[in-house]
Amino acid sequence: MQIYFIELSYLLASILFILGLKGLSHPETAKRGMHLAEFGMLMAIIGTLMHHEIVTYTWILIGLAIGSAVGLMMGFWVPMTAMPQRTALSHAFGALAAALVGVAEYLKHPHDLDTITMSALGFEVMLGSLTTTGSLLAFAKLQGMVRGTPMTYKGQNIFNMLLLAVTIGIFIYLVINPGSMPLFFVMAGLAFLFGLLLVMPIGSADMPVVMSLLNSYAGLASAATGFVLNNKVLIIAGTLDGFSGFILSILMCRAMNRSITNVLFGAFGSAATADAGSEQQGSMREVGLEDIATQLAYANKVVFVPGYGLATAQAQHAVRELADALEKRGVTVKYGIHPVAGRMPGHMNVLLAEANVPYSSLYELEQINPEFATTDVSVVIGANDVVNPDARDNPSSPIAGMPILEVDRSKSVVVLKRGQGKGFSGLENPLFFKPVTGMLYGDAKDTLTRLVQAVQHA
Amino acid sequence: MTHESLISALYVFALAAFLGYQVISRVPPLLHTPLMSATNAISGISLVGSIVTAGAGHSTTSTILGFVAVVCASTNVVGGFVITDRMLKMFKRKDLTKKD
Repeated sequence: MQIYFIELSYLLASILFILGLKGLSHPETAKRGMHLAEFGMLMAIIGTLMHHEIVTYTWILIGLAIGSAVGLMMGFWVPMTAMPQRTALSHAFGALAAALVGVAEYLKHPHDLDTITMSALGFEVMLGSLTTTGSLLAFAKLQGMVRGTPMTYKGQNIFNMLLLAVTIGIFIYLVINPGSMPLFFVMAGLAFLFGLLLVMPIGSADMPVVMSLLNSYAGLASAATGFVLNNKVLIIAGTLDGFSGFILSILMCRAMNRSITNVLFGAFGSAATADAGSEQQGSMREVGLEDIATQLAYANKVVFVPGYGLATAQAQHAVRELADALEKRGVTVKYGIHPVAGRMPGHMNVLLAEANVPYSSLYELEQINPEFATTDVSVVIGANDVVNPDARDNPSSPIAGMPILEVDRSKSVVVLKRGQGKGFSGLENPLFFKPVTGMLYGDAKDTLTRLVQAVQHA
Repeated sequence: MTHESLISALYVFALAAFLGYQVISRVPPLLHTPLMSATNAISGISLVGSIVTAGAGHSTTSTILGFVAVVCASTNVVGGFVITDRMLKMFKRKDLTKKD
C-alpha cells in the first residue's frame, strides 16, 4: 500500500514538473506553471518521508531545516545582477548532493554491486564531482574572487585529456571490479580535480556556455542517481535538467558561432587571440550630450542595445527612465537583446525586467535585426563584440560568423562607453569608426541620467 | 539492478529526453534565466535520494553523507523556486509597468 502511495506521489511530481516547464513557454503562464512544479516537489518529499528504509528522522529534519533556511536567504537576498553566481553555486550544490548519495550507495555494498548499477554509480560520482568543483570555480570567477581571464599553460589540453582518460580508465576498471574501494576514491578525487582544470582556461565572456554546460552535467548526474536508486522521478527530473542545459549550451554556442570544443579548449580572449583584429583606419567621432538628446527627442524610433557593461554600471533603471521620457514624447522605443548579452542565458532580460521594462519591448536578435533599417537612433550601452560588424563583413576576424545586432544599418548610432578600451575579446570594433557612429564617453548610468534631463528640456 | 528494471529505466530516460527537448525548445530566450533556475530547483528532486540515505542509518558515514546531501539539495529546491518566482514576478506586460 505504502509503496503505491510513494510511487504515486513521484508520478504526480513528474507530471507537474513537465507541466511547470511547459508553462515557461510564455511569461503569462510561467508563474502558474512554477506553482504546479512546487506542489509536485512537496508531494514527492512527503511521499519519500514515508519510505520504509528510514529509521530516524533527526538528520533529515535538521538537514531540511538548514537547507530551507539557506535557500530562503539566497532566494530573497541575491540581487539579479548576481544571478549567474547564484546559479553556478546551485549547480555545485546539486552535483555535490548527487556525488555524495553515490558515494554512500557505494559504501553500502561495494563488493556485490552488479555491472549495471556500478556503471550508473561511477557515472554519477564522476559527473557529480567534476561539476561540483567546476561550478565552484565558475562561481569564484563570476564573483570576481578569481581573475576572469583564461588561465592557460603549455600542454594544458593534452594534460586535461590525459587526466580525463585516466579517470575514465579507472571507471571502466571499477565497473569490472567494483570491490577496489581505494580506486573508487581516486576516481572521485581525479574528477574533482578535472572539474577545476576544465573551467580554468575559460574566460568570463564564455561563461554563458559554461554555465549551461555545467547545468547539463548537474542534471545528468541527478539522472544517473535515478538509475542507481531505480527511482523514476529522479531520472525524469534529472533528464529534463540535463537536456535543458544541453539545449541552452547549443543556443549559446550558436550565438557566438563557436563549437563547444572551441569554448572548452580554445581559451578565447587570452593574449594569443587578442591582437588578431585588423588595424583600424580613421578616427572615432566624439559627440556632445546635448546633440544626442535632441536627436533622440525628435526621433521616430530608438533601439537600445544593452551589453554587460550596462549591468556593471547598474544603469538598468537609468535606461528605463530615458525610455519613459522618450515614449512620453511619442518616440517608439525597443530593446535589442543579444543571446550572450549577459553572463548567463537570458540574463539581460531579467535585469531589464527588474528595472520595470515591459517584456513586450524586449526583442530577440532575429526580431530586431530587420528593424534597424527604419531606426533613427540605435543606442549601444556597454556592448561591444555583439555589435561588431567585423563578425559579418570580415571573414578573417576571430569572431567571423557570430550573429550580431546590426546597429550599423540604422540611420545613426550612439555608443555609450566608459573609455576607449577594447571589448572582452580584445578586438578592434570598426563600428566605432563608422561615419554614422558617435561616441559618448563616461559612466553609463551618469550619462543616461543626464540624457533624461536633457531630453525632458528638449 | 535487474535487466528488466534497467530497460524500463532506459525507456523513462529516453522518453523524458524526448519530452524535455520538445518542452524546453519552446521556452523563449526571454525566459532562459528563469528556465535555468527552475530546472535547477526541479533537479533538486535528488533530495528524495538524499533523504533516504540520511535516514536509513546504514552507517555513520552514510548518514553524514546523506545529511550533507539533504542540506545541498533542499537549498537548491527552496532557493531555486523562490528565485524563479521572484524573477517571474518582474516580467510584466506593458500596461502593468507604468504604474510605479
